[in-house]
Amino acid sequence: MNLTLKIWRQKDSNAKGQMVDYKVTDISEHMSFLEMMDVLNEQLINSGEEPVAFDHDCREGICGMCSMYINGEAHGPDRGVTTCQLHMRMFKDGDTITIEPWRATAFPVIKDLVVDRTAFERIQQAGGYISVNTSGNTQDANALPISKHAADEAMDAATCIGCGACVATCKNSSAMLFVGAKVSQYALLPQGQVEAADRVRNMVAQMDLEGFGNCTNTGACEVECPKGISLDNIARMNRELIKASVSD
Amino acid sequence: MSGIFNSSIGRKIAMALSAFFLMIFLLQHFVINSLSVINPDTFNEVSHFMGTNWLIQYIMQPVLIFGVVFHFIMGFILEIKNRRARQISYAKNNGAANSTWMSRNMIYSGMVILAFIVLHFIDFWFPEINTKYIQGDMSGMHNGEFRYFHELQEKFLSPARVAAYVIAFVFLALHLLHGFTSAFQSMGSTAGRKKAMQNFGKAYAIIIPLGFIIIALYHHLNHH
Ligand code: SF4
Ligand code: FES
Repeated sequence: MNLTLKIWRQKDSNAKGQMVDYKVTDISEHMSFLEMMDVLNEQLINSGEEPVAFDHDCREGICGMCSMYINGEAHGPDRGVTTCQLHMRMFKDGDTITIEPWRATAFPVIKDLVVDRTAFERIQQAGGYISVNTSGNTQDANALPISKHAADEAMDAATCIGCGACVATCKNSSAMLFVGAKVSQYALLPQGQVEAADRVRNMVAQMDLEGFGNCTNTGACEVECPKGISLDNIARMNRELIKASVSD
Repeated sequence: MSGIFNSSIGRKIAMALSAFFLMIFLLQHFVINSLSVINPDTFNEVSHFMGTNWLIQYIMQPVLIFGVVFHFIMGFILEIKNRRARQISYAKNNGAANSTWMSRNMIYSGMVILAFIVLHFIDFWFPEINTKYIQGDMSGMHNGEFRYFHELQEKFLSPARVAAYVIAFVFLALHLLHGFTSAFQSMGSTAGRKKAMQNFGKAYAIIIPLGFIIIALYHHLNHH
């Protein structure tokens, strides 16, 4: 199929960017979206132009790098997929596709479609861990009995890949689905409960400091999240914060 | 405890708490208004009680006004903060793909409701305060009978006012269609995610504003 692409081009973080039109031809519907981008970049390189910078790594939906806002949706029109898992069969011959970077003050553009997501890392560093002694006498994880239900819910929360689609999609650029998932994966397990109060307080404080917006429960994040992280995790984070504040 | 209300989640909780309070108030206001259709005498008596009881007047009324003002100011603060969180907007954004119109436009439905409240205060609240506390007439009487029902009927003579009320209530319904279940989520409860509660919320969001509309139209059409 033949497509027109409208892509955000921005030289560096200080440059003023703009949308630029490109044409690609003979795209197979079996290609992934990133493969289509590779075709475009080869074309650009061959004609001596600067290729479009975009993030990617695993190309199988687990690293969370491939951030692209495609036709007004994070990771494009398909559900439960990242951009690398999006197939060109979701589009039609002759389509015009708009491709933009994640837009959020807390995710500044570095170049073209590449954004700086280290804000997520700083939130993780503020409390997204458990303090364990790893000096060689670590306890076997199975020594602590954990209900199937809690284990499943914690696992579901832990499948968040930190891609940032929730922030990109949210009309408020809120990071609450991400932080909710990270708070939940520990809050549900006995190993995590010891530091639960400090964790939620510190992670929420860091989230606010980074300049993410305030959640208004539109639920858009849950729909666009490639890993199906549930809005219930945000409610749990709110409960955890209330609990932490009351226990002060 | 103090720290929580300085956080994004704290602001969310504060919005939800004031929302619950306002939703309970709305229900109470609706029940009393319905009396004006069912039985004008009872409506007069209840209105007189509400207008002169010290607990309602000096405790509940200030709390209510605080609740309303708080909900609006906080709503605007959140909107400003959220706009700041995305300074460059998308060239193409398909919000309808993942969220409802109501959830994305709470600020606009809220602004219509705010405009309505200003009108409503000019219509009813300021004259009440003037009669009772400035002129000092706490009797609730006019020409030997209770004035409340009569005043209500008079207000709904004007088709323009009735139209404004109807439009405002449509926006109130839109606001509540998202707000009702959203408030649960903000409080950390997943109750708003259950089908039964969602249906209850929808029923509340539609029945109450529709009821107010019917009452306004009833008085407009039934005035002699
Ligand atoms: S919650 Fe979902 S959308 Fe948000 S960062 Fe995690 S995986 Fe991505
Ligand atoms: S490249 Fe790793 S998730 Fe898409």
